[in-house]
Amino acid sequence: MSSPILKLIAQRIALGILLLLAISVLIFAGTQILPGDVAQAILGQSATPESLANLREQLGLNDPAYIRYFHWLGGVLTGDLGTAMSSGQDIATSIKGRLWNTLFLAFWAAVVAVPLAIILGLIAVRYRNGWVDKLISGLALASTSFPEFFIGYLLVYFFAVKWQIFPAISTVYDGMPFGERMQAIALPATALTLVVLAHMMRMTRAAILNVMQSAYVETAELKGLSAFAVIRKHAFPNAIAPIINVVMLNLAYLIVGVVVVEVIFVYPGMGQYLVDHVTKRDVPVVQAVGLIFAAVYISLNIIADIAAIVANPRLRHPK
Amino acid sequence: MSNELEFLSRRVAAGKLSRRDFLGRAAALGIAAPFANSLLSSAARAAGPVKGGTLKAGLVGGESTNSLDPALMMTQVPFAFGKCWGEMIVELSPDGKLENRIAEEIGSSDDAKTWTLKIRDGVEFHNGKTVTAEDVAATLERHSDEKSKSGALGYMKGIATIKASGKEVVLTLKEANADLPYLLSDYHLIVQPNGGKDKPDAGISAGPYVVKTNEPGVRHGGERFANYWQGDKMGHADQIEVIVINDATARTAALQGGQVNMINRVEPKIVDLIKRVPGVTIRNHAGPGHYVFIMHCNTAPFDNNDLRMALKLAIDREEMLNKVLRGYGSLGNDFPINSSYPLFTEIEQRKYDPDKAKFHYKKSGHDGTVLLRTSDVAFPGAVDASQLFQQSAAKAGIKIELKREPGDGYWNEVWNKQPFCASYWGGRSTQDQMYSTAYLSTADWNDTRFKRPDFDKMVLAARAELDEAKRKQMYHDMAVMVRDEGGLILPMFNQFIDATGAKVDGWVDDPHQELMNGYALAKCWLQA
Repeated sequence: MSSPILKLIAQRIALGILLLLAISVLIFAGTQILPGDVAQAILGQSATPESLANLREQLGLNDPAYIRYFHWLGGVLTGDLGTAMSSGQDIATSIKGRLWNTLFLAFWAAVVAVPLAIILGLIAVRYRNGWVDKLISGLALASTSFPEFFIGYLLVYFFAVKWQIFPAISTVYDGMPFGERMQAIALPATALTLVVLAHMMRMTRAAILNVMQSAYVETAELKGLSAFAVIRKHAFPNAIAPIINVVMLNLAYLIVGVVVVEVIFVYPGMGQYLVDHVTKRDVPVVQAVGLIFAAVYISLNIIADIAAIVANPRLRHPK
Repeated sequence: MSNELEFLSRRVAAGKLSRRDFLGRAAALGIAAPFANSLLSSAARAAGPVKGGTLKAGLVGGESTNSLDPALMMTQVPFAFGKCWGEMIVELSPDGKLENRIAEEIGSSDDAKTWTLKIRDGVEFHNGKTVTAEDVAATLERHSDEKSKSGALGYMKGIATIKASGKEVVLTLKEANADLPYLLSDYHLIVQPNGGKDKPDAGISAGPYVVKTNEPGVRHGGERFANYWQGDKMGHADQIEVIVINDATARTAALQGGQVNMINRVEPKIVDLIKRVPGVTIRNHAGPGHYVFIMHCNTAPFDNNDLRMALKLAIDREEMLNKVLRGYGSLGNDFPINSSYPLFTEIEQRKYDPDKAKFHYKKSGHDGTVLLRTSDVAFPGAVDASQLFQQSAAKAGIKIELKREPGDGYWNEVWNKQPFCASYWGGRSTQDQMYSTAYLSTADWNDTRFKRPDFDKMVLAARAELDEAKRKQMYHDMAVMVRDEGGLILPMFNQFIDATGAKVDGWVDDPHQELMNGYALAKCWLQA
């Protein structure tokens, strides 16, 4: 039984690497289309022809694109992401801290959001079509329908400005005590939770309800099991694949999609880092961040696939 | 009654009465809070600065691409943090005079071509080394090197030789320049050991704070430098911190929530709301920055002075000032100088005049539309301002077609390339600097393509003139020329709008730049 699974997993991983390679080409091509160049963007309105020429030469912008691509790819494969053009800092070093911050925020948002979404989903199914279900769905839908910045500003207004419970800005730094750090990320983590909650909750609800139509659930009900036991023992395990899928999708979003939330709460994560460097046309950084984001997305999807295969024996045996 | 209040305010300043109690008693005496507050702050100022605490600023204008190298400083955060750790050769004081810092004395030859800087004794760098004439000379050399990326290179190119001997640095210029000391106050020219030639981004200078944290785009922090040579005037807080908050709403929230003590760039549209927040003080003041529409004088149809004049007359400056800046600015008069410059003279204000505009438009022989390019990044509210311009011009029978350009690449694809677009200028410290940067025929940033040999001659003559009355007249004549024949439409000068929280004291308005010309963190203190 284990060999087909291993083969499937190996296939998925190989496919993921291929996909990542294709994406690296796309990212590189995309950054070449941006208007203007990094030298001009660094110097801004105060660029003079001499300083532009000096900077271009220094940054190696005069080589053709394909040479720069392979040069870059070679670096990435050996773990060298290059140096930021605009500040001369080593990208890998500056990304490390930022990536850690983003993962930290995503982790705590997920710790709250995932169990909460699943439990709420289960409750909604248990009391389906009743007022509890409608209330949960309604609130979740409302929180998703508001744009992130609106939720963020609401939280800031009430919790930071009015009641002054949490800080309005979430600057975290190395060596910050854990308690303070948790306090700093309270608001952005809440905002993220509210943003991703509904999607996961409604998916859980839909997936379980789908299973609830099956004959074996009816059998279980006829056996006299309690409604929760039916859901827990018979419906939930069979609905786990789509739930894992949507959870992974949202985890990926927590890492790569937090740009707006990071900007509102001044959180020093990957999103802010990317935004800064896009406006500076700092191509190596944009490429590096793009690639990391792509890698996060692809690996979480692979994990979702594999988990679904493991959870559902039927997927292991192709017809 | 006021005696009692004065007594109480002194007690607050001495730390013997709480601020809240004071306000309570003032209210009991029928004194309105703003007046009581101002009484309190003058008492606090009279009592002198309070040492201690951490002063925090939440500022827009920082990116993870920032560096501590003074040559590369461009935006507000490196500028303001630079004033905390860096020490300058000279500085512009809030009243427009020059204040000697590392230079103890500056003298010039009669022809304003040779300048001698006498270096102050006993100023110490953060690394313990004493500041010498060689360090100052090396700093100037680094920023005047043709290959340098320094933001000060434009002005520094005029220096022919730099020599350090003993306690003096002698500069000879390629052409006479009576304004040289003003140029030396450029914020890039932070004096560094050996001019920063070895390690430009080490963050070592002789300023009131020593760099402790440097996380570009996130935060910067400094700790008071114990051996600062002017400890009584600057460096009151034990620690200072700059937190980068580029989002305007987050910045205001941080001030309201008390995470920071001061912020910069309050948006004009929310100033009136912020004013109502208890404890927050809006610090707005005029400066040399201006919002403009620029026409290329050498490109059709703008090569016709009648058309340029028609457009200048077709803009409703007052409406624009009221609607775009909400009054937080002053009227412009189509030349880039206002009263924040030392040698400014008043010239009759140009007004919106559709009839006259119609007359000049007809005379220009141009018909059809005029294409104006605009973008949100040109200046805050630029798109709205352009639409107002379009409407006021329509009443004069001039059709302006607006093209909204993407903010990305605006400064390299549109500005200084397209013949008619919206833009802004931060202003300069002297008229010579302003005209030399953007109105000399040879200037790289001559964004109005104003190429007039007679004007160039006037600039050079004024630069070498040491008689102030004569210089004033020369600058007046230059201003009239730019105003009546140039390609600049300057509807308004903007103000710097900063805000401080409840406990900040020692604020002095400075017309040169925002945040007390960058010194707010270094010169303000926290009330006890």
